[in-house]
Amino acid sequence: MTIPKVIKKGEFPHKDLVSMEQLSEKEIYMILDTASRFKKISLRNIKKVPALKGKTVINLFFEPSTRTRTSFEIAAKRLSADIVNITSTASAVVKGETLLDTAQTLMAMKPDFMIIRHSYSGSALYLSRIVSASVLNAGDGLHEHPTQALLDLYTMKEYKGQLEGLKVAIVGDIAHSRVARSNIIGLNKVKAEVMLVGPKTLIPSSIEKMNVKVSYDLKEAICWADVVMMLRIQLERLTEGLFPTIREYSMLYGLNRDMLKFLKKDAIIMHPGPINRNVEISPEVVGDKRCVILNQVENGIAVRMAVLFLLRGAEKVSIEQ
Amino acid sequence: MLLIKGARLVDPLHHVDKKADMLVDRGKIVEIKNSINVRGADVLVATNLIVCPGFIDIHTHLREPGEEFKETIESGCEAAACGGFTAIACMPNTIPPNDNPSTTRFIMERARMANGVRVMPIGAITIGQKGEQLCEYFSMKREGIIAISEDGRSVMNSGILRRAMEYAATHDLLVISHCEDHNLSGKGVMNEGIYSTRYGLRPIPTQAEDIIVYRDVALSALAGCRLHIAHVSAADSLFHIRRAKKRGLRVTAETAPHYLYLSDDMLATYDTNLKVNPPLRSRADVQALRKAIKDGTIDCIASDHAPHSSAEKDVEFDIAKPGISGIETSVGLVLNLVNEGVISLKRAIYLLSAGPAKVLNIPPNSLSVGSDANITIVDLKKEWTVDPSKFHSKGRNTPFAGYKLRGKAVATLVAGRILYSEL
Ligand SMILES: [Zn+2]
Repeated sequence: MTIPKVIKKGEFPHKDLVSMEQLSEKEIYMILDTASRFKKISLRNIKKVPALKGKTVINLFFEPSTRTRTSFEIAAKRLSADIVNITSTASAVVKGETLLDTAQTLMAMKPDFMIIRHSYSGSALYLSRIVSASVLNAGDGLHEHPTQALLDLYTMKEYKGQLEGLKVAIVGDIAHSRVARSNIIGLNKVKAEVMLVGPKTLIPSSIEKMNVKVSYDLKEAICWADVVMMLRIQLERLTEGLFPTIREYSMLYGLNRDMLKFLKKDAIIMHPGPINRNVEISPEVVGDKRCVILNQVENGIAVRMAVLFLLRGAEKVSIEQ
Repeated sequence: MLLIKGARLVDPLHHVDKKADMLVDRGKIVEIKNSINVRGADVLVATNLIVCPGFIDIHTHLREPGEEFKETIESGCEAAACGGFTAIACMPNTIPPNDNPSTTRFIMERARMANGVRVMPIGAITIGQKGEQLCEYFSMKREGIIAISEDGRSVMNSGILRRAMEYAATHDLLVISHCEDHNLSGKGVMNEGIYSTRYGLRPIPTQAEDIIVYRDVALSALAGCRLHIAHVSAADSLFHIRRAKKRGLRVTAETAPHYLYLSDDMLATYDTNLKVNPPLRSRADVQALRKAIKDGTIDCIASDHAPHSSAEKDVEFDIAKPGISGIETSVGLVLNLVNEGVISLKRAIYLLSAGPAKVLNIPPNSLSVGSDANITIVDLKKEWTVDPSKFHSKGRNTPFAGYKLRGKAVATLVAGRILYSEL
């Protein structure tokens, strides 16, 4: 284990992480580098470091998500922070309690971090403006999910060596995916190439202006890509009439054994999870050696540790004190 | 008696633009001359100010009955006078809606108890604004409605709207359309385009508006009614309006000041004060609308005054109520366009006075001897900063807070009475 680098004051000048949009290329790499140090710690017998000792983290989840919540929880605990989980539904709003009320109540308890997942776009930014704690966006509506994009970038870098010039195909429901948005922004910043794939109903308006290619043809994308990122299809899109049947969707945009034949030998397959087997991805694909879904989960912890660590940032604190 | 001294009188409809003194007595303009001196008259010194025919705001939400915590007829009239308006029309989407003669009568009675700004209620098109059963237009007109509208929604059933228009034509009532295809706008909260994509906010295409503009123009031709298109926000809608006017149809249109200043890219902040319906469009739409107020495609500017309490706005963007408390910034924003060189002073005054009167088919306010002294006095050079905490409206919801504007209404007179003056 190398001696960790000291993060100097002002090198990561953010109170919050609400979007990939706010990060520079340099800051993205700083997070990835920091994460690789934390990943080594996660492989040790004793996985805990004291970096956030005495700090309080609130996991504020307005949408159910066991994976992301657990990932943040483990990340915080490995940094020795105290973490509290609050799972709420939009019903708090129905009860007359607004996000503002909730935020003010929680702030009275003096947390240092608030990690928020919410079904409305912009809610993480909104929270970051009304609380003095550091706010981490764990997914806001259709907008962004920056730590997911960072762990995806980390995983791509880990497998492909470098991000610049990498060809990344993102397949599925781009329109309703904050994972896709954050990845597109992040990949643009590190100068990777992006192709979006799906039926036109799932491709949002004017997205070509975000410097991406768009294709309706999965095979074309598979032949082209170094990285294939499959997105989860929410079954409710069916009732919104965005495609006729799951059967036809999966026929056209599901990644199955036949399609795998066209994928480069050294390409990787990613998915933010949880997967719908036989909808966007077939079981054989999950078992393929190019599939790195579980590595993404593992890297998620290291990346979230890195973000928590950097946001705490201010003083000269090394990863291991 | 009131003597207004040293002002420039501008009445575009009657081609008046001259410096003169004006004498008001018993609610009427009694004399206009180069120099008037009357012993015992109150004197309003208006040097370097412009006296205009009283401004009319034909699109406001006064929230009473039902949501008096947001606005009352009294507070709305107060705000109107401070904003420079001598008369306002109020939309029927109250709780309960103005869909029956007794609600109309209630509004008229409350208005009589207010400060004197003329209140002209607009009736609903259908009972409960549900788009099903027509309201009693004849009885409501007898109580005081001057138009009908389903504002906040479109009547989606074209068959019902056709009958409503025909029945309105029977009683010579103007139909005001809020144009929105609800199947297209769906759960949308902002204009569709690169910014809705980037900000992850559900999109509303401009087509949701212009399809209904087209449909309502077509139906009004079939029904033979007068049609007014409310709050035009999109360039594509202007195409249909121009075409209708060329065909000689009795179609008019308004836009609101926010569509002349603000665009969808600004929503990066998710500021709920920028949430309006129809949504803020692209910069190209803003430019097209600025052209349309100049070339006559747009007949008047209305505030779409939509006061809300902070409880409706201090929430996430998706669930915030749309609307701007705009009645106290509307005139300032229009005059500011004069100072920016977008429109002439004459055109600005027309858009705020004769334009709205023509739309409603009511006698326009005028600066001629013998007319009612309904007057707005403006200071075209006055620089001021929008400060919602100073609003007279209960609604403080404005995206213009902190805007530095040039041009302001400084006095409002209705029937010779000074309802507001900072002179
Ligand atoms: Zn409306």
